[in-house]
Amino acid sequence: MQFIVQQILNALQLGSVYALIALGYTMVYGILRMINFAHGDIFMVSTYIGFFSASFLLGRLLHLPGVIIFVLTLLVAMLGTAFLAVFIERVAYKPLRQAPRISAVITALGIGLVLENTTLATIGPEPRILPQVIPVVNFSIGGVAISTIQIVILIISAIVMFILDTIVRKTMTGMAMRAISFDKTVVPLMGVPVDRIISITFALGSSMAAVGGILYGIAYMIDPYMGIRIGWWAFISAVVGGIGNIRGAMVGGYILGFVEIFVAAFLPSTYRDFVAFALLLILLVFKPTGILGMPVVQQKV
Amino acid sequence: MKRLAIPSRRPLLTAFVLLLILLLAILLPQLGILNLYLQQVIMYVGINIILTISLNLVNGYMGEFSVGHAGFMAIGAYISSLLTVLVFPRSWGPFIFPLVLILGGLGAALAGLIVALPSFKTRGDYLAIVTLAFNMIIKSVLENIDAIGGPRGFMGMSKLTNVAWVYIWVLITIYVIRNFVFSNYGRAILSIREDEVAAELVSVNTRQTKVLAFVVSSFFAGIAGGLFAHVLQFINPRSFTILKSTDMLVMVYLGGIGSITGSILGATIYTVLLELLRPLGVWRWVVGPFLLVILMITRPRGIYGLRETRWLAPAEEVPADATATG
Repeated sequence: MQFIVQQILNALQLGSVYALIALGYTMVYGILRMINFAHGDIFMVSTYIGFFSASFLLGRLLHLPGVIIFVLTLLVAMLGTAFLAVFIERVAYKPLRQAPRISAVITALGIGLVLENTTLATIGPEPRILPQVIPVVNFSIGGVAISTIQIVILIISAIVMFILDTIVRKTMTGMAMRAISFDKTVVPLMGVPVDRIISITFALGSSMAAVGGILYGIAYMIDPYMGIRIGWWAFISAVVGGIGNIRGAMVGGYILGFVEIFVAAFLPSTYRDFVAFALLLILLVFKPTGILGMPVVQQKV
Repeated sequence: MKRLAIPSRRPLLTAFVLLLILLLAILLPQLGILNLYLQQVIMYVGINIILTISLNLVNGYMGEFSVGHAGFMAIGAYISSLLTVLVFPRSWGPFIFPLVLILGGLGAALAGLIVALPSFKTRGDYLAIVTLAFNMIIKSVLENIDAIGGPRGFMGMSKLTNVAWVYIWVLITIYVIRNFVFSNYGRAILSIREDEVAAELVSVNTRQTKVLAFVVSSFFAGIAGGLFAHVLQFINPRSFTILKSTDMLVMVYLGGIGSITGSILGATIYTVLLELLRPLGVWRWVVGPFLLVILMITRPRGIYGLRETRWLAPAEEVPADATATG
């Protein structure tokens, strides 16, 4: 029993990270109908931004308390990643908005490879871990170990997801996003600044990935290739939840977190990918648009 | 279709040139004029041409988005390696090699059929997801079967692939795919790319056509896998990850969608370029994709997209005017 509860806790922790990254995939897909394959690598870059800013802030200058360093690191990573994503969108994706859709996807794949290999070439392949800014304390409740890191991850991801959900559902910007995802040709006629909304979408989606990146970085090792694996898992989360649907991405993220942790707990960990992707295929056969996805009516490329 | 012979205008001249190249492909390595490194690069170029043409059939001609072709390549590679190492005596190798490759290709084609049947019920981006998942599953399965080496990989193949064999298979691939895309089935495939609903309305059996194209495509990916395994004499599941699939995508879109000439160009340029960039070390993996991004922004359809050289197009085919596709 304790074992199960422990695994549930681990699954929630990992699921939060997947959910946060999946949001970026799903938001961009919702608006541009484009799978942003570079998103996993943007997440990876965010962990490195976090790594360097945390290391810098910890450096002797000011003796800031850990919590403030953590918050600052989070903000720097979110801001830096948002700028990076908006820059990439402006330079690489925007010229391709009228081009065949696949060109944009290939460009995204290329951008992902550039980010990944630039990191590899400049920073090196060795795994690193974010400096300990949060004091790690392990509690034991009824035999279940829970650390401060896990608590921080669960609380912060819940808050951030709630804020995002509110932005998308309650604000004018969110309404504009939903409008664009509904019909891209009519919306500009209503005076919606499409380009600005798309940039905001990229900024929001990638700062979510940055939150996920920092939360991942304080708990696990980071390396230049993590964007591939974790990015794919987050992408699958978005699909499982129904790509284009924000709440679906959150649900999908937690489902994938549970799958990964429980497969690793009961089977050799090499079966992880196999089980996750087999589940995905089975799901797609029965529910082709994901759990919360809308049926697509005649969406020819 | 009236003319299905490969040289559309001068059959004798073309046959002569092709035979001459074959002769060179056999003789040059024998005489020691091509060193081993150059031979290796030429073989990789050839294998990549086969892969690119086969993926172009699905992604370029049919307009669907398959991202898991390395999975089919893996199946072909493993089946043919297992056959040459474990099933047939080693001395039979050179004689049995074409058969072994075809069996590998058929295995990949069967897998293609299994993937295609359920996945073509949905359309658009979901095929990308299904093929991606397929690729991951194949890699994961290969890693978990200990009898074929698991994650350590599988070795012991003789070096059966040589320049001549690669050349012959490249010719076969070009011949088959070229005749396929200019046949009635090919028209059906193109019509699906342009507008699936309209294609259905003019009584194209879209489902069957898509499955057929996918199976043909995976067959040739399997052949390329078999050739690849017998060049390297060592395969492991990590050779066939999504990165390999990405390479193939890059070659297809670099050369140009819906064009055999484009595929040949794309595969050649990309393979040779990566070899030339070797002195840059890790940075070559930055420069390569970066060039791709620039190419995509300036020429979204690739170098030779939706066009064909006179050499490959049938006589009655006016060089197809590039029309917008998705």
